[in-house]
Amino acid sequence: MDGLELLIAASLNAGTALAIAGIGLLINERAGILNLGAEGMMLVAAIAGFATAVHTGSPWLAFVVGMLAGAALSACFGVLVIWLNTNQVATGLALSIFGGGFSAFVGIPYVQEKLGEQTQFQIPLLADIPFFGPALFRQHPMVYIAIALVAALAWFLYCTRAGLVLRAIGESPESAHALGYPVRRIRLMAVLAGGAMCGLAGAYISVIYTPLWVEGMIAGKGWIALALTTFATWRPARVLLGAYLFGGVTMLQFYLQGRGVHVPSQFLSMLPYLSTVVVLVLISRNAAWIRANMPASLGKSFFPGS
Amino acid sequence: MLRLETRPQPSKVMSMASPLIALAVTVLIGVVLFWILGKDPLRGLQMFFYEPMKNVYGLAELSVKATPLILIALGLAVCYRSNVWNIGAEGQYIFGALGGGWVAMQAGPGTEWMGHAYVIPILLAGVLGGMFWAAIVALLRDRFSANEILVSLMLVYVADLLLGWLVNGPWQDPNGHNFPQTINFLAQTKLPRLIPGLRAHIGLLVALVAVGCFWVFLFRTYRGFALQVGGLAPAAARYAGFSARSALWVGLLISGGMAGLAGALEAAGPLGQLTPYVPAGYGFAAIIVAYVGRLHPVGIVFSGFLMSLFYIGGELAQSRLGLPKALTGVFQGLLLFTLLACDTLIFYRVRWRSSAAPQGASRVTAVVASTAAKEA
Amino acid sequence: MLRLELVNISKQYPAVKANDSVNLQVQPGEIHAVLGENGAGKSTMMKMIYGAVRPDEGEIRWNGQAVNIRNPQEARTLGISMVFQHFSLFDTLTAAENVWLGLDKSLSLAEVTQRMMKVEKEYGLEVDPLRPVHSLSVGERQRVEIVRALMTGPKCLILDEPTSVLTPQAVDKLFVVLRKLAAEGTSILYISHKLDEIRALCTNCTVLRGGKVTGMVDPRTETNAGLSRLMIGAEPPQLQHRPPHLGEVVLDVRALSLPKEDHFGMNLSAIRFEVRAGEILGIAGVSGNGQQELMAALSGEDPRSPKDSVHLFGKDISQDSPRHRRREGLHFVPEERLGRGAVPTLSLAANTLLTRTEAVAASGWIRTGEVAKLAQELIRRFNVKAGGAEAAAKSLSGGNLQKFIVGREIDANPKLLIVSQPTWGVDVGAAAQIRGELLALRDKGCALLVVSEELDELFEICDRLVVIAQGRVSPSVPTSEATIEMIGEWMSGLWPQNSATEVAHAAA
Repeated sequence: MDGLELLIAASLNAGTALAIAGIGLLINERAGILNLGAEGMMLVAAIAGFATAVHTGSPWLAFVVGMLAGAALSACFGVLVIWLNTNQVATGLALSIFGGGFSAFVGIPYVQEKLGEQTQFQIPLLADIPFFGPALFRQHPMVYIAIALVAALAWFLYCTRAGLVLRAIGESPESAHALGYPVRRIRLMAVLAGGAMCGLAGAYISVIYTPLWVEGMIAGKGWIALALTTFATWRPARVLLGAYLFGGVTMLQFYLQGRGVHVPSQFLSMLPYLSTVVVLVLISRNAAWIRANMPASLGKSFFPGS
Repeated sequence: MLRLETRPQPSKVMSMASPLIALAVTVLIGVVLFWILGKDPLRGLQMFFYEPMKNVYGLAELSVKATPLILIALGLAVCYRSNVWNIGAEGQYIFGALGGGWVAMQAGPGTEWMGHAYVIPILLAGVLGGMFWAAIVALLRDRFSANEILVSLMLVYVADLLLGWLVNGPWQDPNGHNFPQTINFLAQTKLPRLIPGLRAHIGLLVALVAVGCFWVFLFRTYRGFALQVGGLAPAAARYAGFSARSALWVGLLISGGMAGLAGALEAAGPLGQLTPYVPAGYGFAAIIVAYVGRLHPVGIVFSGFLMSLFYIGGELAQSRLGLPKALTGVFQGLLLFTLLACDTLIFYRVRWRSSAAPQGASRVTAVVASTAAKEA
Repeated sequence: MLRLELVNISKQYPAVKANDSVNLQVQPGEIHAVLGENGAGKSTMMKMIYGAVRPDEGEIRWNGQAVNIRNPQEARTLGISMVFQHFSLFDTLTAAENVWLGLDKSLSLAEVTQRMMKVEKEYGLEVDPLRPVHSLSVGERQRVEIVRALMTGPKCLILDEPTSVLTPQAVDKLFVVLRKLAAEGTSILYISHKLDEIRALCTNCTVLRGGKVTGMVDPRTETNAGLSRLMIGAEPPQLQHRPPHLGEVVLDVRALSLPKEDHFGMNLSAIRFEVRAGEILGIAGVSGNGQQELMAALSGEDPRSPKDSVHLFGKDISQDSPRHRRREGLHFVPEERLGRGAVPTLSLAANTLLTRTEAVAASGWIRTGEVAKLAQELIRRFNVKAGGAEAAAKSLSGGNLQKFIVGREIDANPKLLIVSQPTWGVDVGAAAQIRGELLALRDKGCALLVVSEELDELFEICDRLVVIAQGRVSPSVPTSEATIEMIGEWMSGLWPQNSATEVAHAAA
């Protein structure tokens, strides 16, 4: 790959899945639920989407199936964590481990499969602008849908009453319960929405981004998406920004290799993971600031006493 | 409607029954899975639960698999009880293998005088390697409040890539036909076997001794008590004067060291060399072992053997029944899931509650409507 | 016609029958007190009226008609509104947003803000709607709660222990608001255990004891003794208060300034006071004025105190850990029992290890037999009702757990005992016992520092008083020379700023 505009284009592409998963997790965390099962949900959605695309040839159907798969898994998680009050960290981990095993198991017949020809998308007129055209306007529609989703979520959270209720629940489920809001039901809806988003991201990865299936192909993007919510201090627009930055870091390896930089490929591959660590360190340094921005009930069990 | 009622006291009976119930549910789902896949469920169960245990050879194989799981899980138990969530044991395991492997590769004519005692520096290097990798997580959490779950996990990927670079590059066996692998370690570095002819090695003894030590540490020392209070009620720990920072470091260093020890044992034992396949997922399986074992040293022995049953059963099911090995992962994940669900029964009772309204009472909407009518 | 009536209402919980065939009759425009000590069943009764809990038996009648209130929204639809003791507010949202969430959907935020300001003006409950709640004082937060309740146009307003967070002057202002509401026809249910307030404000009173109604009286015609008899079956126990035998200065706090740890705390500035052996110094103050920060600084949980700011027997302990301070003789009883003073899921025996390490060898080995014996001894000596030394801390009632924790610290023979909210949420019997123990400890020559939001309690057991307000501490005054009005003023920060009172204090 050469040319900065191609790097930008690739970063947008790479960041889209992260952004979608990121806002899914954001919805969860705004309601106070920490879902560490993102990686597992994305894996299962990836194979579900890929299999759908293989059998039906329709990427859009694959996206829908991916969303359903993500939502179904997150429903199991949600019931355990919201109604049975299991430890959120352990349950999320269980979901990730299970998702890893289950997707590997179900995906065995699909390992060598290929999807049909990928059509090249571009926005007419805009795609021909020098530099910005190739950089920004020759993307799969999902890239633009992701941006729209982020905007929609920001509007929902900050301009609607339902969004206010969600934020209130994330801060103090006890107070919301005392006021009569169905806290558990709303949390479940948040979990389902989050699961669907993670599923969409997973399906996007296996159907559009790298159209193939390999065991473990999500390669940690679910975990990076979790780091993203902290990096973004739980604000949708910053999730998008962070996702593109990470996408850029991921693509940097190929860019550098194309430029003839002689670093062993393994070290370049480490870049996304190391930069996640760096970002976490930078953001978390001011613990008081994090505490002021984090949904106060995040990760804690809620017991509607009675 | 089913309701959950808090128990006044956590039930000790359910504490022990819960893993068994979870296992039963997992087995049940397994049976259904076998049936869907068109295989005889009974044969499937036989592969998983009978074949691996039916002779001494099988038991030896079980112990080989169980040893690293138990070791890592012991360390994780201490960590999780302190509310420090080390998820990167797999990465610390790899670093332990790297450390132990490096010392193993230094073996040669100059070290022959040590005989089999050479194993000791290998294992020490493993412990130090794992501790080093975990210390990074501790440092970042201590100094910068960076979330240890995400940092330790990211470091797993980094460790894996590092291993890949080393066995493809600087540490590659010059006579290995360009395969990504190190030299085969010399016989001197091999772990002494427990019974000649079987693969069970002294690692098992190390694990059992560790179980005793950890039990004493957790339940009979003030340090262990302080760690657990930190995990159960951080405000109480602060009140008592227990240092959260020391709990963080102790938890991570211990679990990192144990994972590193397991890695070195595997490298010097069953593997005998370093390859990109060193990470076998033990670091993650150990998380399940720790939980199913109730974060208790004795329970971990049982759950460690149970998990090895899953591993070996999976291998047997693949070779003899043509079932994919990935089944093991499915069962492991399922087991943890069902365990977490069953664990609620320790703290809650299930009650059947009827939500019938008191007799004769009208619905609020009706009352409001009639009041409005009266006031109109 | 009665506005609200409870007929033979009962509610059973696994361990206890919280309400046993209780009856309640509330007229329109009446200020009706519900009196009872902690654990008598007041909250359960209110939760059923408010819709958070369903009764097992009995009938609730609203304006003569039997109703089934299934949730708080239905209660609100009827016209029942509740102001909670522990506010149901969202700290990061503004006052207006908080009020909006407490109302039903049909209004916009702008409309709510407008109406809110009107209601505030009408009742004298001014609060800036646009400020985030975490920046409001406790009194202001209560105003938001009340405004939120008032905006639903309630026909019955329930107030749960509303004055525990108010200065005496603010209490008077609240009573003005309540009387105005009652005059407009709103029924008010006033839950409290403060006899003086009930007699000053309420026109009717239902007394609960042990889940049953022991009487329905007009408090204006009753005496405190009479109400007390209905409430606990006897007169309030008299405490033996002997004159103090003062010894040396044990605790010397000077120039203690501490910035707040995060967004939501309170800065401490230039705090100074001292406590001598054989006396009890009380710190009065409305919650949220820096008590928690001060306690954390004194106990060692907050290690950031500046050097030389805290001295124990002349030794600088400002930077010492809680364990070191305990070794020097400083023991502390925190206000949160479960989660801080004790670990809920651990046994009483294990919980002794939090602050008592006599059974721990130098190597760190725990002698579990001795630990259990200590717990059993504490249970016996302090009359703790528990299922044995192995019972989980959370299985005890509030009063019994408090007795255990206070007992644990008293049994350590401290030289200085600091107690925060000694009888909060504790039944009258246990409260009397605890106060008696504190006095006995003081008579033996220990120095005590007691922080409490209950002025009556401080007046009862303390020899000297100081007031904490906005993170600053007043000069001290002997209890015999203090009055409730004076302390009330000081709670608003209005104490004399010169050093004349210091002279009086030094001579005392």
